[in-house]
Amino acid sequence: MNSLFEYLLRIGDDSLILGHRLSEWCGHGPILEVDIAMTNIALDFVGQTTTILELAGEVEGKGRSNDELAFLRFDKDYRNLLLVEQPNTDFGFTMMRQFLFDAYRKPLFEILMKSNNPRLAGIAEKSLKETKYHLRHSSEWIIRLGDGTEESHSRIQESLDTMWRYTGELFYKDAVDAELTVSGVLPDMSGLEAQWKKTVDEVFAMATLEIPESPWKFEGGRIGKHSEHLGYILAELQYMQRAYPNMEW
Amino acid sequence: MVTELEIWRYLEEVFDPEVPVLTVVDLGVVRAVKVSENSCHIKLTPTYSGCPAMKRMEEDIIDKLAEKGVENVTVELVLSPAWTTDWLTEKGRIKLREYGIAPPENEPDKSTLFADPAVVPCPQCTSKNTRLVSQFGSTACKAHYQCNDCLEPFDYFKCLK
Repeated sequence: MNSLFEYLLRIGDDSLILGHRLSEWCGHGPILEVDIAMTNIALDFVGQTTTILELAGEVEGKGRSNDELAFLRFDKDYRNLLLVEQPNTDFGFTMMRQFLFDAYRKPLFEILMKSNNPRLAGIAEKSLKETKYHLRHSSEWIIRLGDGTEESHSRIQESLDTMWRYTGELFYKDAVDAELTVSGVLPDMSGLEAQWKKTVDEVFAMATLEIPESPWKFEGGRIGKHSEHLGYILAELQYMQRAYPNMEW
Repeated sequence: MVTELEIWRYLEEVFDPEVPVLTVVDLGVVRAVKVSENSCHIKLTPTYSGCPAMKRMEEDIIDKLAEKGVENVTVELVLSPAWTTDWLTEKGRIKLREYGIAPPENEPDKSTLFADPAVVPCPQCTSKNTRLVSQFGSTACKAHYQCNDCLEPFDYFKCLK
């Protein structure tokens, strides 16, 4: 197994699938500014995907381009988190998914900036800047909805209760991580979970939200075991390339 | 043979397709120009990862240089060091304001959650009594503000560090 290729698919597919989810809001946002914000963020994610999957294709060495990796793999070959493929549901749910992810992505990129692979470090350095904007945006919405009306509070609490079980996977580790840590491609990740938890606790305290008690967590995305939702995403995402191979516009 | 200085001058005729008062040089996205015997290599860095204008800028640079008789131009996209609004030229900031877009202000690092939004003077009436409408505006690089005095909504070229 090519560990670096696997790892790049993991972080690249997170960007691809979450970017696609956010793009589904285009033209459907509750207000214009929110619609524009979500599509702007979607664009950042698609941009990250372009560079990460381009590098993945080179690392794999089989001549696959970033477009081929994005549009022509089957569901079991995607390595994204279960969290990012969950449906948009409503605006509060979308912001909760975004916040839980952004709070993880920011410290992750800060760590990856120190990778001994200059390409990966460069991608992290670039992406970190926009991730700070994303985290700020999603945090503000969590606080506004949590510490808002009775209706907004109960709905955002419900989305946290539903989504919490997907957060254990953020810190999934296996032989891929172990090998890349030994070679120095992945710097020390030991502080990642604590940093994530610190942001999450701080924001939930301000938002008057409670973390669910059940310790039970789902995982599987990192090894290609996905929820049923991914197949529907791919049906839409890949339709044009499957129906009209190599089309461009 | 064309000199690097001449290339830089030609690049001042290539405009950002989304903020058409700024040239690629004003924007600070041209990181290096290297001329060798019969080719020219340019390093370009994106503003935001997903900026859809990058591809267009790359093509416009090649077209402009071809128009000036410079052939064999290659454009390489580099990510590190990552672009910052500190690289916007002084001339670029003046042009932005004249065009009605507030240039970036020195803002606290975005890692500080919940910091107060920057005070951004209105590009129309210069009042400092303005408010942030949304961190995300008409393009990835802009936020949306409104002036509380003249009531004019305006774009703010947001600070990226």
